[in-house]
Amino acid sequence: MSAAFPIALASAAILSGTSLLYATLGELIGERAGIVNLGLEGLMLIGASTGFAGAAVTANPYLGVAAAALAGVAANGLFSYVVITRHANQLAAGLSLTFFGLGASALIGRPFVGAIVPGLPHLGAFDLLVWLAAPLAIVLSGLLYRTRWGLTLRAVGESPAAAFAAGRRPDRVQYEALAVAGALGGISGAHLSLAVALTWDEGMTAGRGFIAIALVIFAGWNPLWAVIGALVFGGAESLQLQFQARGVDVSPFLMNMVPYLLTLLVLTFSGLRGRSAAPAGLGRSFFGVE
Amino acid sequence: MTVQHVCHLMAEAAPILEARGVVKRFGPLLANDVDHFAVHAGEVVALLGENGAGKSTLCKILYGYYRPDAGEIRVSGRPASISSPHDARRYGIGMVFQNFSLIPALSVWENVALFLDDTPWAISPASMRRRMRPLADRLRLEADLNLPVGRLAVGDQQKVEILKQLLAGARVLIFDEPTKVLAPQEAEGLFLSLADLSDEGYGLVYITHKLREVAACADRVVVMRQGRIVGSASAREASEAELLGMMFGEQPAREPAAAPAVTPGQTILALEGVATSSGNGAVSLRDLTLGLRSGEILGVAGVSGNGQRELADLVLGLARPTRGVKTLWGEDASRWTAARVRARGVASIPDDPSALALVPSLTARENLGLGDARRYRKGLSLDWPRLTADMAKSAERLRLPPIRYETRVFALSGGNQQRLALTRELAHDPKLIVALYPSRGLDARSTDALRALFLAARAAGAGLMLFSEELDELISLSDRIIVLREGRVAGEFSPASFALDTIGACMVGTADAA
Repeated sequence: MSAAFPIALASAAILSGTSLLYATLGELIGERAGIVNLGLEGLMLIGASTGFAGAAVTANPYLGVAAAALAGVAANGLFSYVVITRHANQLAAGLSLTFFGLGASALIGRPFVGAIVPGLPHLGAFDLLVWLAAPLAIVLSGLLYRTRWGLTLRAVGESPAAAFAAGRRPDRVQYEALAVAGALGGISGAHLSLAVALTWDEGMTAGRGFIAIALVIFAGWNPLWAVIGALVFGGAESLQLQFQARGVDVSPFLMNMVPYLLTLLVLTFSGLRGRSAAPAGLGRSFFGVE
Repeated sequence: MTVQHVCHLMAEAAPILEARGVVKRFGPLLANDVDHFAVHAGEVVALLGENGAGKSTLCKILYGYYRPDAGEIRVSGRPASISSPHDARRYGIGMVFQNFSLIPALSVWENVALFLDDTPWAISPASMRRRMRPLADRLRLEADLNLPVGRLAVGDQQKVEILKQLLAGARVLIFDEPTKVLAPQEAEGLFLSLADLSDEGYGLVYITHKLREVAACADRVVVMRQGRIVGSASAREASEAELLGMMFGEQPAREPAAAPAVTPGQTILALEGVATSSGNGAVSLRDLTLGLRSGEILGVAGVSGNGQRELADLVLGLARPTRGVKTLWGEDASRWTAARVRARGVASIPDDPSALALVPSLTARENLGLGDARRYRKGLSLDWPRLTADMAKSAERLRLPPIRYETRVFALSGGNQQRLALTRELAHDPKLIVALYPSRGLDARSTDALRALFLAARAAGAGLMLFSEELDELISLSDRIIVLREGRVAGEFSPASFALDTIGACMVGTADAA
């Protein structure tokens, strides 16, 4: 192995870690408001295909990313209505969103299979979304811990009834949180198709949405830890690609499993402390008080 | 004297908060029919009455939680339209609930910031804490304002609750049974704070059903019965008998339970050097040794959260010792399952029956069958008629109202859930009874019946472990009292040395006794 290997590995880790980070931050904001969204995989797929299609049609990758963000907000808006206003079970609604996203993205992306699109241009070593990812985590952290909105959001995630008693509107802040989560989920997908893979393929997220959900737990619901988690998982993913590229004799199937094994490993140990860090109201419907 | 002066004085003379002709019905039940209730600035009013007398309803109407069917609320002499707690807050009315509306995971200052309407968009923790400091000092809240509220002692949590109401501009504070969750020393602290606040011109109302607390702190006592105000008196002058007469009407007040001397028999339960482990910083038991003999009531005192639940869980087989040995009737029972412990005649009366003893979505009858499915087994089903007959007998012995068998448990009030659990657990002459705060949520009459039943069980040779925060209750019932502190036995008292202050001091750790 050459000396270039670690550098190539690190840069690949950052690139694929970035897609994961956007999705993770979005899910984290939603969960902090008390809503688990298992539809993240579907959101990412919709973002990936819409972003790719948008870039192909407008010949501008940034417009593609914007389209992906809007599509994410729209898809998550549907989910919000079902789980917040209609009090549906979050797990069932989320899984439905995943499969809805699988179908919708295939439909949107169909005309663009094999198309050549302008990828996100590099500014220096990386594209713009990579440069913005870590600062975004810091901004979100500030929003959560140092603003009235963030305080309300966290309070709602802990106890909607108490937040309501304090004069806040739990449903409104949950809608807002899920809109942010939808935009970030869409951007995450667009980064995957417009910067990492530079192609659209059905089901191309290959479970990254679920990895991001696990990453939220790994990060202990803290945006800054999510940055580190995304790098570790991005690293695991790129390790496999680098091994293949260099013809290392390990079964590619085995290597494909690495990120998911790592996920299981993380979940194994997060169970021990997860309960204390998780928002107390996570996954429960709030029906208002008397 | 100028006109403004006169107006000012008149406003001062009007009650700071007043309810006139307030009527509230819940379906067919008349919950409130209150002609007149008033609090003046600088006054502490105790609202006294049995469970279900309508005290909480009246306070929740004043706080905008319920809307009255008729009547008027006045603030400083002017009619106020209050249709939500938020409205009430604008009129300067604050309420401190029993189970505080604080969020345990958020810090003290965050909980306060959440409550205030004028919190700026970008919050500076330092300036929030600066804003809270003077009030925190006045309320003697010494805890770090950065700590999560869940890590504070209950008394301190209550202070946070008061602080946030005051900071939001409350001039009247209503307390719903404020001492229920407090240790005796904490309660005294609260009364001190109440006295301070009334000196500063706040109007204060507190709900209670304990006579002792009326004398401790109130200027005036208002007694409620069946939704109506039946009397009002100066708290210093009213006699206990007089107040009891108002609370219970014509019926005689409770007769003190005579405690027949019983010689304890064989050892039922022995713990030797047991320790338990727990996650997340909760108190675990450490090197705890105790014994309980038949015909004995062992009182377990202590500030809540010092290992009471852990000890009860250990005895009941819900938790296992990591060290030491638990013996039941001479057999090593350290690793027995809860089912095996129950089958040997151990009954459990938990403090929160809906969490541990009952399944909320099943009916009352099904829950009664749950405890002892084997006894009533009949083919693949249960012998429901026999079960029902037994339970009716048990409820009668407890002097409880008839059971509504087909009602699902979640539709029952907390007190009725507690009664249901009692009925089941005491139906078959248990040999060891573990009772965690058994009189919580029961009114005075049911409490008396329960005490009589405990004494009867003792006379029949059962052993009882009675956990309570009410030292009065422990002292009147126990043959021996131990104090739990930080998972150890901090003191043991025999009847000769039962005294509120020494046991209380041992609970909070200012004195150890052996």
